[in-house]
Amino acid sequence: MSTATDSRGERLVRAAAPPVVALVLFLSLWEAVVKGFGLKPYFLTAPSTIWGEFTKNFGRIWAACRVSGTNALIGLLCGTVLGIAVAFVVRRFRKLDEIITPLAISLNAIPIFVLVTVFSNMFATTSDVPRRLTVTLGVFFVVLVNVAKGLTQVSATHLELMRSYAASETEIMRKVRIPNAVPYLFTALKVAAPLAVITAFVSEYFGGNQNGLGSKITGSLSSSKNAVAWAYVFGACLLGLAFYLISIVVETVATPGGVSKRDRS
Amino acid sequence: MTRARLRRVVMFVAALVAVACLWEFYKIIGPDQGGKAFGWTVLPRAGDRSMPHVWEMFARLGDVEASQGGRHIWQIILSAIWYSLRLVLAGFALGVIVGMGLGVVMSRLKLVERGLMPLLVASQTVPLIALAPLVVAWGGKLHIGSFTWEKWMSAVVLGAFLSFFPVAIGTLKGLNSPSAEALELMQSYAATWRQTLFKLRFPAAVPFLIPALKLAGSASVFGVLVSEISTGVSGGVGRLIIKFANEASSKPARVFTSVFGAVILGLLMAGLVAAAESRIMRNRPKEIPA
Amino acid sequence: MTTLSIRSLKKVFNPGKANQVDALVDVDLTVEPGDFVSLIGPSGCGKSTLLRLLADLIQPTSGTVMMNGKSAHQARIDQDYGMAFQQAGLFDWRSVAENIELPLELKGWDKAKRRDRAHEMLELVKLREFADHRPWELSGGMQQRVAIARALASHPQVLLMDEPFGALDEMTREHMQAELLRICRAAQTTVVFVTHSIPEAVYLSSRVVVMSPRPGRITQIIDVGLGDARTDETRDDAAFYTKITEVREALRGIESTLAARGVDNR
Repeated sequence: MSTATDSRGERLVRAAAPPVVALVLFLSLWEAVVKGFGLKPYFLTAPSTIWGEFTKNFGRIWAACRVSGTNALIGLLCGTVLGIAVAFVVRRFRKLDEIITPLAISLNAIPIFVLVTVFSNMFATTSDVPRRLTVTLGVFFVVLVNVAKGLTQVSATHLELMRSYAASETEIMRKVRIPNAVPYLFTALKVAAPLAVITAFVSEYFGGNQNGLGSKITGSLSSSKNAVAWAYVFGACLLGLAFYLISIVVETVATPGGVSKRDRS
Repeated sequence: MTRARLRRVVMFVAALVAVACLWEFYKIIGPDQGGKAFGWTVLPRAGDRSMPHVWEMFARLGDVEASQGGRHIWQIILSAIWYSLRLVLAGFALGVIVGMGLGVVMSRLKLVERGLMPLLVASQTVPLIALAPLVVAWGGKLHIGSFTWEKWMSAVVLGAFLSFFPVAIGTLKGLNSPSAEALELMQSYAATWRQTLFKLRFPAAVPFLIPALKLAGSASVFGVLVSEISTGVSGGVGRLIIKFANEASSKPARVFTSVFGAVILGLLMAGLVAAAESRIMRNRPKEIPA
Repeated sequence: MTTLSIRSLKKVFNPGKANQVDALVDVDLTVEPGDFVSLIGPSGCGKSTLLRLLADLIQPTSGTVMMNGKSAHQARIDQDYGMAFQQAGLFDWRSVAENIELPLELKGWDKAKRRDRAHEMLELVKLREFADHRPWELSGGMQQRVAIARALASHPQVLLMDEPFGALDEMTREHMQAELLRICRAAQTTVVFVTHSIPEAVYLSSRVVVMSPRPGRITQIIDVGLGDARTDETRDDAAFYTKITEVREALRGIESTLAARGVDNR
């Protein structure tokens, strides 16, 4: 039981301890099962072997991470900017809202990555644009839906207050709606960042440049280099975690003392 | 159908028409070989091989595919959708069961929640592609009597892997949502933990489960499609997309038909979840959109 | 046999830590069957804590709480009391009748018996037509009536209430007070009632227990002495106002000692 008198350090340790313990237990069990049963890499690779391959191939893994990571990052940035912009447009021109929003919501339900096949056709085979475009679309919808909600779902009391000040729509937008929408943006980013990474991986499966993590993983698996594949997977996990952590850092920096709203849509 | 619903349907169709018009418009004004905007090669090729006309895409649905017993493309797509849909539903069901079970365990044992949650979050960053062959390998070793592991079962497991997480989170949040007074009320009734779970926590969790189920639905579609591709399961939409994408240079409009198939699959699943939602929530207060 | 018996009750939160709170110290109270006792006092005097100790929702640091000759714990297991809170706390997913059936379900009553009892209670609180309605379709006052019906569903001998009318407007409040008296008189229920409102305490109770904070304790127990048959006219009686003044003086005495806020002289 933590009390009000615990220091921040103590609380941090208390929060980190259970998952760290669980992780260590999990890895030990994994290692024991592989070594104990003498399992072949095709079936299951031991963590120690994976680590070995990871350090051995670090250069190549890092290069692949940079490729996938760049695609994901560009898609994330473009998608976020586009999502915010369209959210404002939709807010301003309500008629557009009726057309765009149902489209956005339904497109959120379909697997975006299939569009890579369509885009690949529209650009040169060596172009990175299809993948970046796909990531952009995936991120765009998440950001749009959340920011639009943030701009719209403002407390009725706040609106009444502003109207009693005879504030113009622009002033209301600046002083009430936008600050209200900021936590929603960060909720969206926490979802969009890992989504960008995953979409970037999966898009690599449909041909094009074979220098990203996704293609390297499948490539290694098809040449039965399972341990190497797992090393790339580890790199992919790190990349995904990095993106998630970045979104948290951005949120903490931009909203001191703020907490992102839980998205219930 | 109520007027409001009719209007929404009309608007949706209008949106699709608008997209189609934008497509055709770009075809008219866009450069045939693609081009640069602000120095980046971001303009797609507008030629017919790269961007078929919208009506071309629909026309391709009527093609006959000799290699598949002379069936029409649209028939092939429909049976692919049916095949994948069943996998998606199975993955979804499995994910929901596992997710809810995890949610209950984490609600009961705080220690398990604190230990497991960060790991679960991290587990969602593992790219599916890597897990697919693993699941296939394990399945290959699984022989219980006459039961053999089929490739499609891997797709179900992978669909479940993606969908269990939002359900676990939603279940946990929902189970912990009742107010202190509601819990005191149950305590005053000397209710056991099980009674409190079934009579208070679960019903209170339902509004939290609904958005989680929506996420789980689309996650299952995602998971099944990607695993169909990576485990080589044939008969589903995933395989079809790859197949047509590989034929894209000779039959450019066909790719779109398989994309339509994926879109329909996604929308079907979303529709099923939405239907379940309105049924489950029919006796609940309606949330009024701000 | 006394219904409720509290001896040397003491409750300390966070003992030994920097944020220790002496919620209740040296509390003695006896409540006879059929009594209506109000607990009133400024914030922090421990009235809600005392109620929860009676309900066995929290345990005492020392001292004893007996209900119907048993320990509070046993009384809770045996469901000897019903409880009502400031928020009606009805379950949105159940109809009004189903809400009343909740404690009966937990006791394992069969369906027909539950239905009958629920309808009987609805009759008692005059909400018979709303049996199949949903809680959110009812007004605040009606929801509280359902909550009271639920608290009395198993015909307990004791009713514990924590500011149940606090969220209602004045008119509804007075109406509900009269209803509560009517119901409790009919069922001969013993009631312990926590409130912030002096007129409410005086109108409803046979005795008003005045409490003070830091540490929480009973300062005074005032006999109301307005008889059993309270009606609307009672509110106009001179004796009513005298009693209200007496309680107010008792509370002011505490106030001046503490310069504390929190008691409504409504």
